[in-house]
Amino acid sequence: MTPAVGGVAVGDVIAEQTYHLDRDRLVRYAGASGDFNPIHYRDDVARTVGLPGVLAHGMLTMGVAVQPVVEWLGGDAGRIADYQVRFTRPVLVDADSGADITVVAKVGALDDEGARIDLTVTFGGETVLGKAQVRVTLPA
Amino acid sequence: MPVNPELQGRSYPATAPYLVGREKVREFARAVLATSPLHHDPDAARAAGYSDVVAPPTFPIVLTDATLQQLLADGDAGVDFSRVVHGDQRFTYSRAIVAGDELVARMTVTSVKVLAGNAMVTSATEITDPSGAHVVTSTSTLVVRGDE
Repeated sequence: MTPAVGGVAVGDVIAEQTYHLDRDRLVRYAGASGDFNPIHYRDDVARTVGLPGVLAHGMLTMGVAVQPVVEWLGGDAGRIADYQVRFTRPVLVDADSGADITVVAKVGALDDEGARIDLTVTFGGETVLGKAQVRVTLPA
Repeated sequence: MPVNPELQGRSYPATAPYLVGREKVREFARAVLATSPLHHDPDAARAAGYSDVVAPPTFPIVLTDATLQQLLADGDAGVDFSRVVHGDQRFTYSRAIVAGDELVARMTVTSVKVLAGNAMVTSATEITDPSGAHVVTSTSTLVVRGDE
């Protein structure tokens, strides 16, 4: 079921979800996206450019962070009209323990055509995406 | 070599047509933990009004990457890949991408700003179908770190 404009209010938290990313996940994303930058799978290369270790692709974090919104839309990703983020902090993915990212999705604005959903995406208690906003079209 | 300030306004030729494959959509969906049946099951997608499986919202980055490669390969642009960090990203849709779409991407550098020695290069990649109709615009800002 797709939620309707009349069924939500500004400030409603529509979803909260934690996702586990591990090195296996990064390799799968590299293959699926074509982004084979070695800082996403080799600690030695990451260290030579001044990073503490392997990072998640920013686009992987962006791609995962919108999933709670797609689920809320009844799985209909075609209702997403606009999606933007700013990459503000890296997500370090430990070789053994991986990384958990938490997404809180809240209604930021409403109009006749739909809603703006604001995402708060955190890793280790710190925000990793800024101005993460999803514009969705909803039935009246 | 620093980023060429005259890069602003430069456009690159359309990329070769990209045929969106059903298995590619499924692979990309699995990679970003997208579990909706609309990404995986053509019958579920058709029941929702689409002609085939629907690509996840960030899928156009696969086409954007081809246009960013044009920028990195342009020696006159002065964008050094080893100094590039992805600053922000936006997708603005006219319609969803589905398997079977044949898409081309045309990129224009919309802005070059220098801030504290770093260059911020913003590009807009317009992705269209064979009729020329707009599907999605992918806007990317790359931060190119200056010399230390």
